[in-house]
Amino acid sequence: MTTSAGHKRYFFEKFGLSERLLERCLGEALSAGGDYADLYFESVSATSIGVDESLVKSASQGVSAGCGVRVVAGERTGYAYTDNLSAERLLHAARTAALIASGPAKQPVAGFTETHSPNLYPIPAAELDSDLSTKLDLVMRADRAARAYDARIKQVRASYSDELKRILIAASDGTFASDTQPLARLNVFVLANDGKQTTRGTAGGGGRVEISYFLTEKTPEHFANEAGRTAILQLGAVAAPAGEMEVVLGPGWPGVLLHEAVGHGLEADFNRKKTSAFAGLIGRQVASSKVTVVDNGTMPSRRGSLNVDDEGSPTQETVLIENGILKGYLSDKLSARLMNMPHTGNGRRESYQQIPMPRMTNTYMLSGDDAPEDILRSVKRGLYAVNFGGGSVDITSGKFVFSASEAYLIEDGKITAPVRDATLIGNGPEALKYVSMVGNDLQLDEGVGTCGKDGQSVPVGVGMPTVKLDRMTVGGTGN
Amino acid sequence: MEFMDSSNTIIQASVATGDLQELAANIITKALKAGATDAEVVVREGDEFSTTVRLGEVETLKESGSRGIGLRVFVGQRVASTSSSDFTTEGIDHLISGALALARVTSEDPFAGLADVSEFGKLDDDLNLYHEDVYSLPTAARIDFARRCEAAAMSADTRIQNSDGGSFDAATGRKVLANSRGFVGEYQVSYCSVSTSPIAMGTNGEMQRDYWYSAARTLSKLDTPESVGTEAARRTLRRLDARRVPTQRVPIVFAPEIARSLIGAIFDAANGDSIYRGASFFTGKLGEQVAAESINVIDDGTIAGGFGSSPFDGEGLPTRRKIIVENGILKTYLLNTYTARKLKMRSTGNAVRGLAGNPGIGSSNLYLEPGKLSPEEILREIKSGFYVTELLGQGVNMVTGDYSRGASGIWIENGELTYPVQEVTVAGNLKEMFRNITAIGNDLVFRNSVASPTLRIDGMTIAGK
Repeated sequence: MTTSAGHKRYFFEKFGLSERLLERCLGEALSAGGDYADLYFESVSATSIGVDESLVKSASQGVSAGCGVRVVAGERTGYAYTDNLSAERLLHAARTAALIASGPAKQPVAGFTETHSPNLYPIPAAELDSDLSTKLDLVMRADRAARAYDARIKQVRASYSDELKRILIAASDGTFASDTQPLARLNVFVLANDGKQTTRGTAGGGGRVEISYFLTEKTPEHFANEAGRTAILQLGAVAAPAGEMEVVLGPGWPGVLLHEAVGHGLEADFNRKKTSAFAGLIGRQVASSKVTVVDNGTMPSRRGSLNVDDEGSPTQETVLIENGILKGYLSDKLSARLMNMPHTGNGRRESYQQIPMPRMTNTYMLSGDDAPEDILRSVKRGLYAVNFGGGSVDITSGKFVFSASEAYLIEDGKITAPVRDATLIGNGPEALKYVSMVGNDLQLDEGVGTCGKDGQSVPVGVGMPTVKLDRMTVGGTGN
Repeated sequence: MEFMDSSNTIIQASVATGDLQELAANIITKALKAGATDAEVVVREGDEFSTTVRLGEVETLKESGSRGIGLRVFVGQRVASTSSSDFTTEGIDHLISGALALARVTSEDPFAGLADVSEFGKLDDDLNLYHEDVYSLPTAARIDFARRCEAAAMSADTRIQNSDGGSFDAATGRKVLANSRGFVGEYQVSYCSVSTSPIAMGTNGEMQRDYWYSAARTLSKLDTPESVGTEAARRTLRRLDARRVPTQRVPIVFAPEIARSLIGAIFDAANGDSIYRGASFFTGKLGEQVAAESINVIDDGTIAGGFGSSPFDGEGLPTRRKIIVENGILKTYLLNTYTARKLKMRSTGNAVRGLAGNPGIGSSNLYLEPGKLSPEEILREIKSGFYVTELLGQGVNMVTGDYSRGASGIWIENGELTYPVQEVTVAGNLKEMFRNITAIGNDLVFRNSVASPTLRIDGMTIAGK
């Protein structure tokens, strides 16, 4: 297991960095003044293998490395990056970022203090290359299992992709942090055809895990069967209803509801600028008293987890909504300072080419007391949605959507027909007030979430127990 | 506040054209020596600048460059690819050995392989894709563009007191593509844009935001920051005090910037990659009526200055103009070399290539030919309907054609735009939607590589109260 000294050694040896050079760069970054500067080094290696029509049609690998230099002066941020980690180019990037400020030079804090890392995920013992035959086997197994699931499964595409990201952060406030972040994912996509129509089904998962995860925990067969099941189910789907009705959401990935309805709206930058519909609502009721929502970056091996955030700060479990009351926002260093509020360690960026901002990690609702069967039984006419594609939100108006990919009609408390894809829409600050029952079956998603904000994608997790909303608008075409 | 120009101090890290082509050629030679039977190299290099201003003050200032290499190798009928940002000899050796190692585990695919020698080529004419004036303004002036844009929006109305900021962006890029069958091509592109996103407050304290932008390949074609700001304000204000409407079926009119996504869906439905798998509802529909008779959809990579133009596609085939749908009839699928072989057709020059991975299929300049009616004339025919100005979420299933997305817009009553509407969905099935396009506007404007005039579609369902 690599220690923090190991992370440091990787960058120092491979790229010829040294503490002295980091100090020089930070000094250069603050040479025109400013409140804060940081250096974010990143080295990523990613592999992907895909099977299609039972042939391994694609295999690719990519490496990239670079450093982003940030200077913050008041509310202003200067940024420059370089994929060339020579001292000359690093110093040049620092000077470019420094253009945001204009004043006398400031001095970085003397000496670095290393951020403690909780070791939430295993660092792969082997380099990515050596697992190639195992990865190949995973996608071939997924292909075989999906085809064998049902005679109506006509097309199968399975892919395995993983990456190893190494980061090193050094900042003018003395922050020094490093991490090695694995991320893996197996995906299966199928088409079913019964001679009359074609439908699709998809399933996937993974996390910050070693490849053995797919051999012992969530196997290719698990994902293949799941994709096959949903495609076959859709062959018998009827038109989704249209209009406002009771909606029951299943556990796990339907937690996308939280990510869109409240998650983005509670990112501190939007609230500092007062552009979020949740601005100024701390202490107010924003959900039913049965609802408690947290964002937690410290869950072992989860896709959305981080040992340290991308500013080198410790991650934590942050209570966003407690018994329906808004408690806090997700912050990065800049937001915490400018808003004089607790720093929650949610500063993330897609890569060294981007400026960090508040982002979610794993966002979920805590379990309640209701039995899932009772929840379903309580609905006279409504929709039961257990899986979704993605979602989207306008954080200013508060309007959010998420698109159901597996849903059923509920008639007189019973699940009846599966329905075709339909998008659900609601208003963030209001929607969770209609949560009237919360199940005792909290689940996190299987490791498929990617969140986009301002052109930057980061891996995230979501979760929820079975939940009943007394009303939500369902965008079907039927009656 | 004074801003120093970094342009004086940028160290010329970019390698000259000849050098990038030479680098590509060297990589191909090395790859063939190491055992590849064919090889293809992409080298990309680019610079970017962006600034955001908020409430009159600079918020961010970002300027940098990066580059990357992508290598695709064939060992007989096996293919694999690698990419890297490491231009050192060691990095390149790793790029090559990595690709060859991966090619050992991929399968023999009879349809894989570079295009035939006779197919490669590039357009002769200068497509006017690169203008160095995008970087000609000093930093302070670029910041001023962003500031002026935001200021124009905020001064338009007292209900606009907040803003997500004004932005100015500029970027240039160079792409080199070379392969072991003799193709070498290179071109440069430039891009600049100015935008702003104002926030207005309604009578009940509810906030709404919208945005507007202007983008171009040269500074000289950019709309003035003031006109962009004024338009952003207009769009934001018309969202205020929006309400939901009851669930119903009425004609829906899609504003041009929204209708674009429907034309994109026509392209996606005709994407060869989906066609040969049977994963699109256009599969097997070549020569059939798939849309209303008034529909003519074109994809043209040869338009001078076009946002989607290029002299050659992602595999080195010359781009061209093609009619995808003519009088509502599907005339061609969109193909790259692989899918063309699968379907026993010729590539349409629509290959797109990232640094790593197999080529995909992408549109160039994609548009619906305009009709005769003005947008006002289209609205005038509608007694009760919905004018959509924003769509939310993905909600499109290209296998079945099911379509369900969140929407905002303005209610149409007796031929006129009346009150704003929000928190509703619009749903239907693309197969019917394309056939039920009952009116096409005359307002086609290219603000993007995908463009459409105003469209009216009947038969869809609005879900609301």
